[in-house]
Amino acid sequence: MPVTLGNQFKSAALGAAAAIALSAGAATAEVEIEYWQYFFEARVNAMDQLILNFEAANPDIKVNMTTFPYADYRTKVAAAIPAGEGPDVVQLFYGWLNDYVAAKLIQPLPSDPFSPSMIEEEFFPMVAAMREGDNYWALPTAVRSLALFYNERLFDEAGIEGPPETLDEMVEIAKKLTMTDDAGNITQVGITAGMTAQDHHWFREVLVRQFGGDPYLDDYQTVNYNSEAGVMAAEFYTGLANVHKVTAFGFMDEPQAAFKAGRAGMHIDGSFRIGALNKTRGLKWGVAELPANSEGMKSNYSSYWVNAITTKAEGEKYDAAVKFMQYVTSDEAMQIWLDVVGELPAKPSVGLTEANSNDAVFGPFIRGLAYANTTKFANESAQRQILIDMVQRIDLEGQSAADSIAVAAEAEQTLLDEYYN
Amino acid sequence: MYRSLSVRHKHIVWAWAFLAIPVAFYVVIRFYPTANAMLISFQDWNLLGDRTWTGWKNYEKLWSDPVFWKVFRNTFVYLLIGTPVSLVVAFAIAYHLDKLRFMHGFLRMLYFLPFMTSAVAMAWVWRWFYQPVPIGLINNFLSTLGIPQVEFLRSTTLALPSILAPAVWAGLGFQVIIFMAGLRAIPGSYYEAARIDGVSAWTILWEITIPLLKPTIVFIVVFSSIGFLRIFDHVFNMTTGDPGGPLNSTKPLVLMIYQTAFTDYSMGYAAAQTVVLFLILLIVSLVQLRILRDR
Repeated sequence: MPVTLGNQFKSAALGAAAAIALSAGAATAEVEIEYWQYFFEARVNAMDQLILNFEAANPDIKVNMTTFPYADYRTKVAAAIPAGEGPDVVQLFYGWLNDYVAAKLIQPLPSDPFSPSMIEEEFFPMVAAMREGDNYWALPTAVRSLALFYNERLFDEAGIEGPPETLDEMVEIAKKLTMTDDAGNITQVGITAGMTAQDHHWFREVLVRQFGGDPYLDDYQTVNYNSEAGVMAAEFYTGLANVHKVTAFGFMDEPQAAFKAGRAGMHIDGSFRIGALNKTRGLKWGVAELPANSEGMKSNYSSYWVNAITTKAEGEKYDAAVKFMQYVTSDEAMQIWLDVVGELPAKPSVGLTEANSNDAVFGPFIRGLAYANTTKFANESAQRQILIDMVQRIDLEGQSAADSIAVAAEAEQTLLDEYYN
Repeated sequence: MYRSLSVRHKHIVWAWAFLAIPVAFYVVIRFYPTANAMLISFQDWNLLGDRTWTGWKNYEKLWSDPVFWKVFRNTFVYLLIGTPVSLVVAFAIAYHLDKLRFMHGFLRMLYFLPFMTSAVAMAWVWRWFYQPVPIGLINNFLSTLGIPQVEFLRSTTLALPSILAPAVWAGLGFQVIIFMAGLRAIPGSYYEAARIDGVSAWTILWEITIPLLKPTIVFIVVFSSIGFLRIFDHVFNMTTGDPGGPLNSTKPLVLMIYQTAFTDYSMGYAAAQTVVLFLILLIVSLVQLRILRDR
């Protein structure tokens, strides 16, 4: 018995050695680079397609994609790169950039071919958040923005012609769509509301601006919504539930659930919701740009995932990584990403084509990009929590909008100060 | 060397040889991380960059953090309501179930079932019960009677008891079984003697049953106290979206630790909170053992 066991070990060891030798042989024939992203099926499919196209055009480069569950992604990246393992090109959320730069996980893109003047000419303006000095740290393939989803069936039943164009119209339409039962409870909301979903972006970058304010100063390092505009925006937002009674916070647990169930007339959400809504049977929905204020001023919020070259990539792998970055930020890649994932192109040259900008579904989102702002978050979930609490102090504890906004602004400023200093 | 040992010493060598595996296991997965957590609590670390030494800064931040004190209070509310309520209810059920013969096994199974159910699944079912109209079970019922809905989970006062109720219910089955085992262990002759003396049922309960159940009660109090101090699954699953309930009204310490570590990535601050939780658990357990120990 010990003899055969020994033989098995020996042959296993030989096999492993052979495998290593073989793969080493293959690696000398071409450059292999690692690409990492978190697992989201449509994104993985789209990236598979991009890698195939890239490898066909660059036969001497091989790209291996590895994906991880979202929850593990950050820890894996953080552990792998300093150890010299892991990705050469990595995907990260734009809000994580500062942390990745500070931890020396990524290196700036070379100004040739990624010169800031070229990028600023070709990309939508919110990409500028990725610039530092004469270099860009990272670039997106696709971006996301907000729009107003509306339930066409409920609109028809209430005899409403089309989606609202201004905030005042939105409130009037919402009133017609709201239904209550005999006990006075709302059973169908005119518009969903909840800072837990996308409304905190709507509040920060859209409502505060539309009421004449500027939510942040100093490149998002100073909170500035503790102003008349911020108070008016907070009063408008909480007024939807408390004055106009066209919504209820926490209705059907989550805003998107209410809209999917056909219990909400209107719903503000991101372009990433399109896929889920397409799969919802029996729901007839349309999309419109976010309502403007009474002067016609529009705003939007945009976020994105970017790709960056890690500090691990050196020599020929670095050159290959640059080529790969060039491809994933090309017009062709962006069109594929739009078709497969449904996320919006990061360049006007792809986004604002006749077909894309007039698309019934993507059009309102893409048009929104032209006037979108991107919040530079220090800690998105903590900053979101501050606005959740701001609304709850008004809604549950009866605090005045002015006091609640002041408390929120102070809390957020403390958080930003801790992060930047 | 081994041959020269006496039989007794050989036994000791073998005992340690076998114990080496669990000891090594515990050192690697318990003691090393515990020591590491204590070390991290004096450092600043966001999982990505280097760890930097900050001394007592994390503890000072904790001391002046109003959310921590709110959470600290919540944790003790879970403990101080949850433990006595579940103790009394479990004893009442066990006491009466013990006397019952008809469908005894079936009823016992019904009480034990929630203990075996996944806390996550149960929390989501209760979350649905508590929803406002038109989906919540309880509020839909109230609405058909024309009564305005109750905002269970969206109330700063009702949210914590609303989460505590299913948590108590979930632990009940286990406590009932332990109480019943304790009741069975009391010799029947004590009761016979008491009945011959003509003592009332109330006196029997107070003078015989409860004193003799003391070891059982100690076990359940310690066990359920640790459970309530560490409450997480029910709170997290019933309040995802706004974890910890409106204005932190339901947030326990464990949830705060989780958020600090894995949404804020402040590992040092989270470790400091963990050390505080460890000390609380240690003190509460020691105090309970001392108070409830046989005099």
